[in-house]
Amino acid sequence: MTDAPMKLTVVGAETPIWRKRLTSVVSHGLLISASILMLYPLLWMLAASFRPENEIFTSASIIPSSWSLDAYFRGWHGLRTSFSVFFTNSFIVSIFSVIGNVFACSLAAFAFARLEFRGRKIWFALMLMTLMLPYQVTLIPQYVLFRQLGWVDTFLPLIVPKFLAADAFFIFLMVQFFRGIPRELDEAAMMDGAGPWRIYWKIMLPLSTPVLATAAIFTFIWTWDDFFGPLIYLNKMSDYTVMLGLRTFTDSTGMSDYGGLFAMSVLSIVPIFLFFLIFQRLLIEGIATTGMKR
Amino acid sequence: MTVQNATSTIPYSEAPKASVWKRIWQQDAPGYLFLLPWFIGFFGLTLGPMISSLYLSFNHFDLLTAPRWAGVDNYVRMFTNDPKFAASMRVTMFFVVFSVPLKLAFALGVALLLNRGMKGLTLYRSLFYLPSLLGASVAIAILWRQIFAADGLVNKFLSIFGIIGPSWISNPNYSLWTLIVLSIWQFGSPMIIFLAGLRQIPQDMYEAASLDGASKWRQFWKITLPLLTPVVFFNAIIQTIEAFKSFTPAFIISGGTGNPINSTLFYTLYLYQEAFGFFRMGYASALAWVLLALVAVFTAFSFLTSKYWVHYDD
Repeated sequence: MTDAPMKLTVVGAETPIWRKRLTSVVSHGLLISASILMLYPLLWMLAASFRPENEIFTSASIIPSSWSLDAYFRGWHGLRTSFSVFFTNSFIVSIFSVIGNVFACSLAAFAFARLEFRGRKIWFALMLMTLMLPYQVTLIPQYVLFRQLGWVDTFLPLIVPKFLAADAFFIFLMVQFFRGIPRELDEAAMMDGAGPWRIYWKIMLPLSTPVLATAAIFTFIWTWDDFFGPLIYLNKMSDYTVMLGLRTFTDSTGMSDYGGLFAMSVLSIVPIFLFFLIFQRLLIEGIATTGMKR
Repeated sequence: MTVQNATSTIPYSEAPKASVWKRIWQQDAPGYLFLLPWFIGFFGLTLGPMISSLYLSFNHFDLLTAPRWAGVDNYVRMFTNDPKFAASMRVTMFFVVFSVPLKLAFALGVALLLNRGMKGLTLYRSLFYLPSLLGASVAIAILWRQIFAADGLVNKFLSIFGIIGPSWISNPNYSLWTLIVLSIWQFGSPMIIFLAGLRQIPQDMYEAASLDGASKWRQFWKITLPLLTPVVFFNAIIQTIEAFKSFTPAFIISGGTGNPINSTLFYTLYLYQEAFGFFRMGYASALAWVLLALVAVFTAFSFLTSKYWVHYDD
């Protein structure tokens, strides 16, 4: 996808210069006001986390009268367990999820995109159908299963499904990409005696870094953001992820310490925001080519 | 493994000695081996649980004692004697019906504006996309709760014009609308998909149309929109399914209750309460199957009607 804006060359229609200018000014005016309106709440939250506590509810401005980091220190230790524990937990869950998703989904995608075997079409169709499935339909038996395995209050229910390619969406994403890689490459390798595993490992994966990176980043962000999974599987505060920590904050001290709550909210989205800053092109292309939900 | 695979490139006719089983092994095994993790997941985490969930939906089950057969009791109770089910269904339908079209309209409108060869397209696109990326997080739900509180940001702006706004979050007439606004705020990802679709429309069609004297307005209705219908269709399906599944914002904003007076009791939230608040796992399974039926009916309906309004290339 190129970013060169598409020019509407209207043949024959002579729009006067001043009218073009006016349309352009109006459009930019609209877009700039829309951007400000949309981002204002985020900026306000950022400001609220730095301003004195008594100013949070009196000021609508996004520039604090005085800056302080107090709220961050208060919020970090605002609960019985400190946020360093929650952040560590979130990182552990997210990183293992990334590894699992990238590995398991690329294996399945390689089979669907490149290998010939009986029943491939049926399995592929079933895989696509699971994309539409609301997770609530499998939720309770999965919970019962993980409970019997003794996995409740561990990270396993959040991580293991990723190693079993449960996120079919990423299989689909990778199949689309793998199909675009010229078949001549694997045929040549096959002539040289390479088996499927070597073709997957030595040819497909190295050529697929963009899609693997996209899958990795989205997995990280979605796992980091996930609230429902941790909510039902993690009950001990020492196991909480950042999202659960935030929720507990709103239940307990949050009502009295809005500064701390906002400071921790800001910190909780910092990793996502960093990914956005560094990889925005990759993310946007990923959405544009496959139509992701978020 | 490499040895077998090396021979698999030899056409079967040249290897008549290979037994049927050997051929199956050579031809099918690699595919199934690569799919092994997915198979375990598919049977163990999707298909198996689906079947047990269907079974549980005909039972009373509290997680501690064995399931007790209940026949269709759960379903009967749901449709005849459960005001909370009815409320959650109304809330979810209202949310889907208003949030999805409004979100798509915003997405399409901004995409059209951006597609006119605007300078700074990349920057605008990123700025509008940011809320989509952050929107599902607990932090944003917390922020939303503050923005629409009685002394929140929205009312501060209104007070500039001398309007004293209500507490949007705790007023049952408005609480659901705050969640709809939150959903519309995240119009960025359908917008990106619309932008990609708009780039696919051949420019010479517009040139021909303006030569014939068609106005911009007419061009939109006669060229842009018809050619964009596959993208509209795609976005509508994805966003509707997402809207049905939405959970976190309603949970955080209402503190897990779905209040005031069940006005934010999303279907998913009610299901969560039944399953993990009251441990009525059988009833919750029945709720899940009704949700699946709803999504399936909606999807089937969309696909069936799509041939009347979705324009595919010949």
